[in-house]
Amino acid sequence: MPIDILMPALSPTMESGTLAKWLKKEGDKIKSGDVIAEIETDKATMEVEAVDEGVLAKILIGNGTENVAVNTKIAIIAAEGEDVGAAASGGGAAPAPVAAPVVAPAPAATVPAAPKTEMPAYDASSEVPAGTEMVKTTVREALRDAMAEEMRRDDKVFVMGEEVAEYQGAYKVTQGLLQEFGARRVIDTPITEHGFAGVGVGAAMTGLRPIVEFMTFNFAMQAIDHIINSAAKTLYMSGGQLGCPIVFRGPNGAAARVAAQHSQCYAAWYSQIPGLKVVMPYTAADAKGLLKSAIRDENPIIFLENEILYGQSFDVPKMDDWIVPIGKARVARVGHHVTLVAFGIGMTYAMKAADALAGEGIEAEVIDLRTIRPMDVATVVRSIQKTNRCVAIEEGWPQSGVTSEIGMKIMEEAFDYLDAPVIRVTGKDVPMPYAANLEKLALPTVADVVAAAKAVLYR
Amino acid sequence: MAANGAQMAGNATKRAPAPAKKAGKSESAKAVSGPKPFTKEEDLRAYRDMLLIRRFEEKAGQLYGMGLIGGFCHLYIGQEAVVVGMQMATIEGDQVITGYRDHGHMLACGMEANGVMAELTGRRGGYSRGKGGSMHMFSREKNFYGGHGIVGAQIALGTGLAFANRYNSNGNVSLAYCGDGAANQGQVYESFNMAELWSLPVVYVIENNRYAMGTSVSRASAQTDFSKRGVSFNIPGEQVDGMDVQAVREAAMRAITHARSGKGPYILEMQTYRYRGHSMSDPAKYRSKDEVEKMRNEHDPIEQVRNRLLGKHKISEEEIKAVDAEIRKIVNESAEFATHDPEPDASELWTDIVK
Repeated sequence: MPIDILMPALSPTMESGTLAKWLKKEGDKIKSGDVIAEIETDKATMEVEAVDEGVLAKILIGNGTENVAVNTKIAIIAAEGEDVGAAASGGGAAPAPVAAPVVAPAPAATVPAAPKTEMPAYDASSEVPAGTEMVKTTVREALRDAMAEEMRRDDKVFVMGEEVAEYQGAYKVTQGLLQEFGARRVIDTPITEHGFAGVGVGAAMTGLRPIVEFMTFNFAMQAIDHIINSAAKTLYMSGGQLGCPIVFRGPNGAAARVAAQHSQCYAAWYSQIPGLKVVMPYTAADAKGLLKSAIRDENPIIFLENEILYGQSFDVPKMDDWIVPIGKARVARVGHHVTLVAFGIGMTYAMKAADALAGEGIEAEVIDLRTIRPMDVATVVRSIQKTNRCVAIEEGWPQSGVTSEIGMKIMEEAFDYLDAPVIRVTGKDVPMPYAANLEKLALPTVADVVAAAKAVLYR
Repeated sequence: MAANGAQMAGNATKRAPAPAKKAGKSESAKAVSGPKPFTKEEDLRAYRDMLLIRRFEEKAGQLYGMGLIGGFCHLYIGQEAVVVGMQMATIEGDQVITGYRDHGHMLACGMEANGVMAELTGRRGGYSRGKGGSMHMFSREKNFYGGHGIVGAQIALGTGLAFANRYNSNGNVSLAYCGDGAANQGQVYESFNMAELWSLPVVYVIENNRYAMGTSVSRASAQTDFSKRGVSFNIPGEQVDGMDVQAVREAAMRAITHARSGKGPYILEMQTYRYRGHSMSDPAKYRSKDEVEKMRNEHDPIEQVRNRLLGKHKISEEEIKAVDAEIRKIVNESAEFATHDPEPDASELWTDIVK
């Protein structure tokens, strides 16, 4: 059957072009891959290659013809053994796929609504069974215990990062792991964040469960391409085939007097990415329970710790398998006048401010988000339904921050319950200064939170 | 394809492992006394596998010209001997990972033409159900780990696949491909360092097709001998005639045997050529027509094998034509499938974001 040659599109935006020149003439034999013509667009001159074999039976659009629309029939090829004359006069049947009517796209005029998983407000108070013994534990020890328990449970879990093994962790979070699990599973890497993040993601694609420690998240900026492009997007891009069960963890945000390059909070950055879960615990109990959940999760998890919190002690339930679910907030203090929403180290300001406010007869409800993405908005909304007022707190920068997102979610889902605008207390919109006095000025304070709470109460 | 590959690599592992070449003394393939000739069966397999890629890519170019494939579309035409020769030296379970010029690698790994073509047209029967496109396809079943659009990322990821092989002691080797352009990315060297430090079973295949998009190797690379790119990490490397599938397979056997035996990574610089532009919208004005014609006429990887089949192996024109027809049928059917298969359901917008 004769084959039509159509005017090709050479870019997604090309609609027509000039047929500059035929490089073959009628009667020429054509092999697949032969350049048969040149066409011009406003951007470039391109060659047209034959895909089929046979004899060029007829040229329908001559040299120099302008404005030839894409998919116009420009020539006819007689397939091998066919009568060239008949092909030329009869016109070609289109090559197999060409003639096939393109399936009309499914009517996608309306964007399907995001699946709404009914997420009721969460009650974290039932997480610990009554009568459970509590053990004072530092956040540092809690994180180590979580990793050790999960490594005992599953041989696929391993830890890699700078100084995690022989040095016992730059911040001693991996203390003792090398001794218990050996060098196969506790792996010191060179200082090569981009590279070892990629190695971790590649290993996770095969089904291993890496815990990749960044000495601090500041250095993870070198690796952020793998975190986002390789880890977070692959499940979607593979149509659900290839997951990436990996935990990226390490200290995040300001420590003390380490200046701009070592003091950044990445909660807002990572929380924007579909495909990631972002966890930022405050207490040791949450650090342990959430890290265990993160290690068992099938998705890439950003687990943001804080150097200042590492040494702080909290009650941790003594249980065989203490797990805290990802994506659930915790009411850290019950109150009814105003809701304070915070996470990670931001909780220190919220809790102290609540104490101070109580002294003035104001009962603040404090919500620890614990997970930034997916965000437990329902628990925040439930609280606002009671208090009608909200202050959101974070150490990170204000623009496009996590607290901006909290404010917008409240607008969308609890606007009618508000008796005052939501106020944010954030780090100042400046790189972190080194000087002690300036650093102090750049960070939120308890007084800022108290003042904000009074402002939304119009006191 | 896999079974065949397993059989061949089985033979390969019986060979005494070639002594690791000293890095820094990379030898040109031409200096070696010719690769071991293929048997008739091997040449037939190579011909068939390379022709499938060639015809598939030509058809993809045609569908692109018809507006049925969108966005970026990077064709592998001219480079077929590289991935086909490499696959002839692998065993079941060895992984493949590459960049965005990936259709040939998928077909060589045994992925179905229908699924690949339907992904190119963005249909639900595509390997990624239409959500990945030309640069993002995967098949865990065929040990193909993508298909990556960020230049050089696949080298670190491929090193991670090798890390997993060692962690699991499974005896498999990861083949991580990149181009001469990606070879200048920093993470490639971070990966080389870790791979050699930890003796990971990985073969880095640098497909040097002479142009990183429109920039020739000499304009972008201080060291244009890519086999030497591992010198400072003590990784052995060699340059290979990537247009000669026999030479590719022989080098692949050396490299894979080295990696599988626990000696660590190996670098193969495949000297190859892409006939088409970088992507569909590239007029390729940075090189002369003569250069392209010379490669096509004198070094075409498929013609070389076809000539051996007709000459040395005494296969008739009719038998060759039968193979050609079979390939054309597979490719035409894939195009037919890829143009009739429906687009993904709108609800797919919201699936596969997290597990």
